[in-house]
Amino acid sequence: MAVKVVRRPELTFWEKLYLPQIYCGLKITFRHFFKNLFLHLAHRVGRLKGHRAGVTVQYPEELRPLMSRFRSRHRLTQRDDGSPRCVGCMLCETVCPAKCITIVPGEHPDPHVEKFPVRFDINLGVCVYCGYCVEVCPEDAIRMDTGILDVAAYSRDAMKLDIHELMDPKLRKPVERCDLDFPHKCEVHGGDMKGSWPAPETP
Amino acid sequence: MIVELLIKAGLAGFVFFFVLNLAGFHTWVERKQSALIQDRIGANRAPIFGFRMLGMFHGMADVLKMFTKEDIVPDRADKTLHMLAPFFSVFFALVAFAAIPFGPPLVIGERVIDLQVAKIDAALLYVFAMLSLGVYGVILAGFASGNNYAIMGGLRATAQMISYEIALGIALVGVIMIHGTIDLGELVASQGKLLWGWLPMWGIVVQPVAFFIFVTAALAETKRLPFDLPEGESEIIGYFVEYSGMKFGMFFLTDFLETIVVASLATTIFFGGWQVPYLSPDGFHFPWGWEIPVNNLVYVLLGLASFSVKGLIFCFLFMQLRWTLPRFRYDQLMNLGWKGLFPIAVINLVVTAVVLVFLGEPN
Repeated sequence: MAVKVVRRPELTFWEKLYLPQIYCGLKITFRHFFKNLFLHLAHRVGRLKGHRAGVTVQYPEELRPLMSRFRSRHRLTQRDDGSPRCVGCMLCETVCPAKCITIVPGEHPDPHVEKFPVRFDINLGVCVYCGYCVEVCPEDAIRMDTGILDVAAYSRDAMKLDIHELMDPKLRKPVERCDLDFPHKCEVHGGDMKGSWPAPETP
Repeated sequence: MIVELLIKAGLAGFVFFFVLNLAGFHTWVERKQSALIQDRIGANRAPIFGFRMLGMFHGMADVLKMFTKEDIVPDRADKTLHMLAPFFSVFFALVAFAAIPFGPPLVIGERVIDLQVAKIDAALLYVFAMLSLGVYGVILAGFASGNNYAIMGGLRATAQMISYEIALGIALVGVIMIHGTIDLGELVASQGKLLWGWLPMWGIVVQPVAFFIFVTAALAETKRLPFDLPEGESEIIGYFVEYSGMKFGMFFLTDFLETIVVASLATTIFFGGWQVPYLSPDGFHFPWGWEIPVNNLVYVLLGLASFSVKGLIFCFLFMQLRWTLPRFRYDQLMNLGWKGLFPIAVINLVVTAVVLVFLGEPN
């Protein structure tokens, strides 16, 4: 391995004196200070809005533009009739390195489709956002393009999404109908399957 | 007698109110100024009824938080000293203000009120004594915490403050020799004299070298960047590591108070205190012949404004320096204090003395 010798330059007399260097530093900080102060004042009266006074983004009000391939919260895509495109092939559940996906497939009434997801649950508290589920899906049924970044909750349970939320990213909290433990065991509550997607009608 | 006491109490209350509010205001200025310097926005998220006031309520929110936080005293700490240390810190920083004259004498009827809480004829010594005693708060905080890191921080602080006090004191001897007094009130009055008929005899004019030494050493006394080795909140652990809640807040407040003390001292000693150039008690006398008469009240108000503006500019400058300069290494700090500032201060003193002898006795 070649050795690279870094020569530190000798300090000149004025640099050793330090006072001129303090002046140089103050020049920089004062320049920034007064430039930004002027811009802030101009913004107050509605001028020079094109020039930003700070490089920070005021997050909840202001969002940074996301790249188109950015992996954000998952969603399940829909068919034209609004039912999930997912065919319950279990590929995403199999490939998931964090094992955060749980699918319970059911038999689809349409003989051409074979299966549909009765349940499709993702535990976001475990998810590593690797995007393998999106890549592996043969039906383009799961995508990570909602642009939702602020996945936060007060409990681990609240981090779990069921199929209703995945189908409709606007639903932030677990739907009320879903009162089952996670991973959901398909149980019948008074004839209703809670937290699951209703069986498609026979075409 | 009662009236005298009331006047003194009023003055003390005035100074107390002003200084504490300024210290609170400092937290806001510190946040916003650093934000502007670093191209940020700064704290702006503590609205009261929807009013954000440019984040000015953050200071209040901080105080509320500190008062309601759990006050943790370590098991191995000396309980009494641990509790006393922050009070020592704040107390000595606050009493130092007593001797600083912040305005010209106010005449009400027959009574002449000196705008100085305590008229001490050794005011300069008093202020320095109080600033030096402030080190007790620091070393006690380190010692009483029962934490090795804290005591190391306290020792660093003590070494630093004692080292820099010497340069600080010697730098001021030159000023004392020129004006022949250590009474801050007289010192300020004496700075109103004109040199060659047009130049106000402010300390910065007659003792520029001493001014730079004073500001450097005084910054070291306040334990703020670039001399914040005793604290080093983010990286090296300081003497108040075992403090929480309002006790920690008091150490923080001390920092700001000391900045204000030092700014007031720099104003008083080197920038003519409450003096406005060419303003005498009866009005302005410009060297080019103009004269504008003013009455006593206007004179006092101008003096107060002059002192406040100069003090605030110094506070601002110290804050700007804090956000400009990186921290010194410990050996650099000691080298600067003992091999840099101390010899320069002594040389400055000798030169001043020689010049004074050749010019003849002043006054």
